[in-house]
Amino acid sequence: MAKITIDGKTVEVKDGLTILQAAQEIGIDIPHFCYHPALSIAGNCRMCLVEVEKMPKLVIACATRVTDGMVVYTKSEKVVKARQAVLEFILINHPLDCPICDEAGECKLQNYTYIYGPGHSRFTEEKVHKPKRVPLGANIVLDVERCIMCSRCVRFFDEIVKDPQLTFTQRGDRVVLTTFPGKKLDNPYSMNIIDICPVGALTSRDFRFRERTWNMTAIESICPGCARGCNVYLWVRNNQILRITPRQNMEVNKYWMCDYGRFTYIPVNSDDRIKSPMVRRNGDLIEVDWETAISEAVSILKNAKPNEIAVIGSPFATNEDNFALQKFAKTVLKAKYIDFIKHVKDGDEDNFLIRADKTPNSLGAYLVGIRPGNGYGLDAILNGLKERKFKVIYVMDDDIVLDDEIYNLLDDVKVIVHATNKNKTVDKASVVFASASFAEKEGTFTNFEGRVQKINIAVLPLNIEPYMLYKPRKFGEAKPNTGEINKAELAHARLFKFGTPFDRWASGERRNVKPSWKVITELANNLGAKFTYTTAKDVFEEITTAVREFRGLSYENLKNGAMIKKD
Amino acid sequence: MEQKIDGRAKIKRRSNLNLLERLYLPEIFKGLTITFRQIFKPKFTFEYPDVKWKPPASFRGRPVLVYNDETGVERCVACGLCARVCPALAIEVVAGETELDKERYPKKFEINMLRCIYCGLCEEVCPEEAIVMSDEYELVFTNREEAIFGKDKLLVPASKLKERLDFLKKMR
Ligand code: SF4
Ligand code: SF4
Ligand code: SF4
Ligand code: SF4
Ligand code: FES
Repeated sequence: MAKITIDGKTVEVKDGLTILQAAQEIGIDIPHFCYHPALSIAGNCRMCLVEVEKMPKLVIACATRVTDGMVVYTKSEKVVKARQAVLEFILINHPLDCPICDEAGECKLQNYTYIYGPGHSRFTEEKVHKPKRVPLGANIVLDVERCIMCSRCVRFFDEIVKDPQLTFTQRGDRVVLTTFPGKKLDNPYSMNIIDICPVGALTSRDFRFRERTWNMTAIESICPGCARGCNVYLWVRNNQILRITPRQNMEVNKYWMCDYGRFTYIPVNSDDRIKSPMVRRNGDLIEVDWETAISEAVSILKNAKPNEIAVIGSPFATNEDNFALQKFAKTVLKAKYIDFIKHVKDGDEDNFLIRADKTPNSLGAYLVGIRPGNGYGLDAILNGLKERKFKVIYVMDDDIVLDDEIYNLLDDVKVIVHATNKNKTVDKASVVFASASFAEKEGTFTNFEGRVQKINIAVLPLNIEPYMLYKPRKFGEAKPNTGEINKAELAHARLFKFGTPFDRWASGERRNVKPSWKVITELANNLGAKFTYTTAKDVFEEITTAVREFRGLSYENLKNGAMIKKD
Repeated sequence: MEQKIDGRAKIKRRSNLNLLERLYLPEIFKGLTITFRQIFKPKFTFEYPDVKWKPPASFRGRPVLVYNDETGVERCVACGLCARVCPALAIEVVAGETELDKERYPKKFEINMLRCIYCGLCEEVCPEEAIVMSDEYELVFTNREEAIFGKDKLLVPASKLKERLDFLKKMR
C-alpha cells in the first residue's frame, strides 16, 4: 500500500497503480486520450500531465506509478497551462469542424477542449491535409485528418485480438494510420476500434452520419447474437435502433463485442416484421386483433388430444417466455412432446467472445423446463410429424422448417406460431402471434456460463408509451462535467420524452406485438387455467421459486447479471 | 390616502373632481382636439393586405435555409445544432453523406411552424450561417401536416436574404 495525496485528498492505494488509476479510484478524473484500461500504456498523447512534488518536471499520470508519500496536483496552474498547450498542439492540424464530424457529442477531444482548452486558436496557417473517407475493410471508414495518433486502435489489434492489422507510417505531422499494404481490416472484432477511438477518425460505415448522439436514447440490453450475451447499448431514435455498442461488463465481454453482434438490430427494423397477429382465412393470412387470434388458437387446441400436440420452445426467447410456455404445455395442454431447436454453428467460435451457439438463451430455455422426457424430444417430434401423429404444432419464436420435407409436412397439421419476422413456419401457420423482438420486451437471458442478464424495452410496441419507461433523473445526481461520458447515466433523449403523435420525429412505426409470455398467459386463461402474470417480473419471480438453479436471484439485482446456482 | 399592502404602496384614486371636470363638455372637447390633430399628421397604418409591410433587417420572420445562388447547394451541413438548441423542438434534421467537400448534407430538414416561436436561436447557433430568420411573416396553413415545412419551402437563395445576412455580419 502507498499513501498518496491528490489535490489535498490523502488516500491509501495499492502499490503499482498509476497516478491516473489512483485518482480515478477516489473520483478525480485526469483527462487522457491514449490511456485505455484494457490496453498497454503508450504515453504518447501527453494530455494526462500532472504536477508531482519534488519532481522537476510535470509527469504523465498514465505511466507514473504511485510511491509512498507522493503529493500530486491535478489542477495547479502549471498543469492547467500544460493541458492548454497539449490541446493547442493537437488542434494545430486537427480540423475544427465538429459540426460535420460524426463523433461530436461523444468526442474526448471536443469535451476536453471545451473544459480544459485555451478557448481560441492562434494558428492561422494552412493545416496539413490528409486522406479523408478511407475505407478500412467493409465496416470502417477512416478520416486521417481527424486522427490524433493515440495508437489505441493499433494496440487493440496487437494486444486484445492479437492480430496486428493497423500501423502508422511517416513521422511528425505527416503520420498516417493505415493497414498493411494490400490488406484490409477483416478481424471479426475490428469495429471495437470505432468505440475506443477518442476522436472521430474511425467511423462505422453503417452508422456514419445517421444520427447525432444526443438525439438517441441508449438502452441497456444484451446482444442476442450468441450464447456469450455481451452487454450492449441499443441506440434508439424515432422508435428505430440505429446502432449497437458494447456496454462494459468485466465478467462477460469487458469493453468489447463482435462485429456480427452490432448488426443484430437489422431484423428488428426490417420490412419482414410481423406487425400484428394474423389468422388464416380462405388460405390467406389476414391481420386480426388479439382476441380473434387467441380464440382461434383456443379452438384449435381444444380439438387436439395432449399427445397430438407438439410444443417447440425457443433459445431466442427469454427465460420468462420459455417458462410460461413449458408451464402452459405441461399443466394446461398436458403435452409431452416439448423441446427447442439448437442453433449451433460448429467451428464458428473462438476463445475470446464468439460462441458456436448462435442463440442468447439456450441454457435458460433448458433450465426453465423446455426439456423433454425420454423419447419426446425434437427427434421424436420430427419423426411424429413424418408419421402424421400430430394435429397441432405450437412453435414459439423459432422456425421449425429445417428442410423442405418438414415444410411440406406442415400442410397436414395446424400450426400456431409466435414470430417476430416472416419465416417458413409462418407460411404454413393457421394462427400467427406477433411476437416482440428482443428490443421490444423486458426479460432475462441466461448466457452459456449461467449468467442471468436483463434486457429492456428499447423499441416501443403499440401498447407501451414513453412515460411508462421514462424515469426522471433525481436532483443532484448529475456529476460535474469532466469530459468522460458515462453512458449509463445518459438521460432519455428529449426527442423521446417530448414527442407527440403530431411530430414526425416521434411517430416511428409501433408494432402491435406482445412478448410471448403475455400471449401464453392470455391463451392459458382462455383455456381455463389461472395464470396471474402481469409483468415479466412476475414470471421471473415464479421462476426463482420453481426452478432450483434460479433460487435466490432477484429481478432488481440483474444490472451486471447474476450467476445461477450450479452444483 | 396611501396604505401599504404586502409592503407595496397602493395609490387611491382621487374621486373628488373639480367643477370644470364635472361640467363634462370641456373634457370632451379636449379629447376631440387630440383626435382631429391626428387627421392631418402622416399615417402609420397600412391598407394590409393590399399594401404590405417591409420589415427591417432586424426582423425575425420565419426561419429559412440559405442556398448558394451559383451552385444551388444548401449551406447546411446537417449538424443538428439548430434542432438541439430549438426550445420548441420545431426542427428535425436527418443527415446524409455527400461527395462534396462538406461531407454531410441534410437529407431531410423540416421545421414545424406550429411549434416555432421565432426566437432566432437556430440562426444564432448555426456554424454555417445556413439558417436565417427571413422577413416573411405571412404563414397560412389549414392543417397540421401543411404546417411542417420541408426543404422545398425552406430553401431560399442567398441573394434574396442579402439584407439579413449583411445585418448578421454587422452584429457579429
Ligand atoms: S484512429 Fe483513433 S484510435 Fe486510432 S490512433 Fe487515430 S485517434 Fe487513436
Ligand atoms: S460475441 Fe456473441 S454476444 Fe457478443 S456481440 Fe458477438 S454475437 Fe453478440
Ligand atoms: S445548425 Fe446550421 S448547419 Fe447545423 S443543421 Fe442547423 S442549419 Fe444545418
Ligand atoms: S426560431 Fe426558435 S423556435 Fe423557431 S425553429 Fe428557430 S430555434 Fe426553433
Ligand atoms: S493518457 Fe497519459 S500520455 Fe496519453
